[in-house]
Amino acid sequence: MNEVTSAETGDLFSKFDDLINTRETLLSSGIEDPYNLVMEKVLSPTRAVCNGRDTILLGTYNYMGMTFDPDVIEAGKDALDKFGSGTTGSRVLNGTYQGHKDCEDALIEFYGMDHAMVFATGYQANLGIISTIAGKGDYVVLDIDSHASIWDGCAMGNAEIVPFKHNDVEAMEKRLKRIPEGAKTLVVLEGVYSMLGDVAPLKEMVRIAKEHGAMVLVDEAHSMGFIGENGRGVCEEQGVMDDCDFIIGTFSKSVGTVGGFCVSNHPKFEIMRLVCRPYVFTASLPPSVVATAATSIRKLQHGSNKRAHLWENSKRLHSGLLDLGFSLGTETPQSAIVAVIMPDLTQGAMMWEALLKEGLYVNLARPPATPANMTLLRCSLCAEHSAEEVETILGMFERAGKKIGII
Amino acid sequence: MDRASIDETIRNLIEPFNKKGVAITDAVTFANDLEFDSLTVMDFVAAIEDEFDIIISMNQQAEIENFGQLIDAVLKIQSA
Repeated sequence: MNEVTSAETGDLFSKFDDLINTRETLLSSGIEDPYNLVMEKVLSPTRAVCNGRDTILLGTYNYMGMTFDPDVIEAGKDALDKFGSGTTGSRVLNGTYQGHKDCEDALIEFYGMDHAMVFATGYQANLGIISTIAGKGDYVVLDIDSHASIWDGCAMGNAEIVPFKHNDVEAMEKRLKRIPEGAKTLVVLEGVYSMLGDVAPLKEMVRIAKEHGAMVLVDEAHSMGFIGENGRGVCEEQGVMDDCDFIIGTFSKSVGTVGGFCVSNHPKFEIMRLVCRPYVFTASLPPSVVATAATSIRKLQHGSNKRAHLWENSKRLHSGLLDLGFSLGTETPQSAIVAVIMPDLTQGAMMWEALLKEGLYVNLARPPATPANMTLLRCSLCAEHSAEEVETILGMFERAGKKIGII
Repeated sequence: MDRASIDETIRNLIEPFNKKGVAITDAVTFANDLEFDSLTVMDFVAAIEDEFDIIISMNQQAEIENFGQLIDAVLKIQSA
């Protein structure tokens, strides 16, 4: 008896019991597990066979459809042949190949900035840069809806963390005003917020941050390749590129592979390669990955036709869903993300499954990843979705929404 | 401002967030007794910060579990 009790009280997993119960309740209704989907075949950037069904992909962040670009694939195969399957080493030891430098050069060209540093993932880029530059006694002022990688970067550093209400310029300014004189501050913003797909008022926010002497880091994960004349992101579109000290991005969205990066004009930026632990203490990306990334980034620079088509797709899906009676995360289309707000988790999961059975994959997003405890069906469009496919998608939403009784 | 007046001011600020009408004592906890979720915490903290023109960083918030600790923290920050 005593043994049982001590085993129960000593179980470090007991903190997950609520989540385990929520999942079990949901799955006991016979619903397909939204977090256990397997793609048996991937046919194109927009099509896959999921759980045995031919499915349109509307939740991949593959905004520019680069994953099957012939030049990108060829570059990857070539690097695999010439440089092998992996580097087996840190960037600061045996893990920097010509391909890693070339990939950083591609980023420097793409952003027109002086320095670029490639990380294993976008998560590690935020984790590494934020935790390294904002130390004890410094302040990080950030949006409350920031991505998990930003929060984790804050948690890993020793700075004072000061959040402000989402996209609220005044709330940000008030906090900047109250920071003790002499303290150094990093303001962390995102171009596009991934949950609702809304864009930040960077023009005002960056100006105010600079007026208060803060350094500014902008995460452009969901805008790179798509937003701005050259696809540099919301900073470019709102004309504040030159005032951003650090831009963070990822290769796992528009670029179509995996990896993360930071670009900067800071004259001392290169020292980060020696002091940033998530950069130093991990193996570098495989040669094939950096080769596909570099090729894709260079092609994205000239992707204005694709960008225009992706805007058309995003606008059509947004207005079509509104017309059907769905409630959306933004009143107007602001990015390639369209978030459909569900009444609750149960109906959200039912709707997700109904769409899957129609042949459509979207992301089911739930608290704590979502703001205001919302359950969302998050759709992300691709430049390779045809106009007809978007109409097909709207038909699927209409049938599924009526079946579940949401519209 | 002394502890008593800070107490009184924050007692007024907490009212709109105290949906269940819990009697406020120093020992009342935000997470358990008042059942504040993260959004409520953010709005409540913002209201206090604006009232006293201070910052209560997340690091400082992590040390605050009950009403009495909050009053002490504001007193300390304000006089710093």
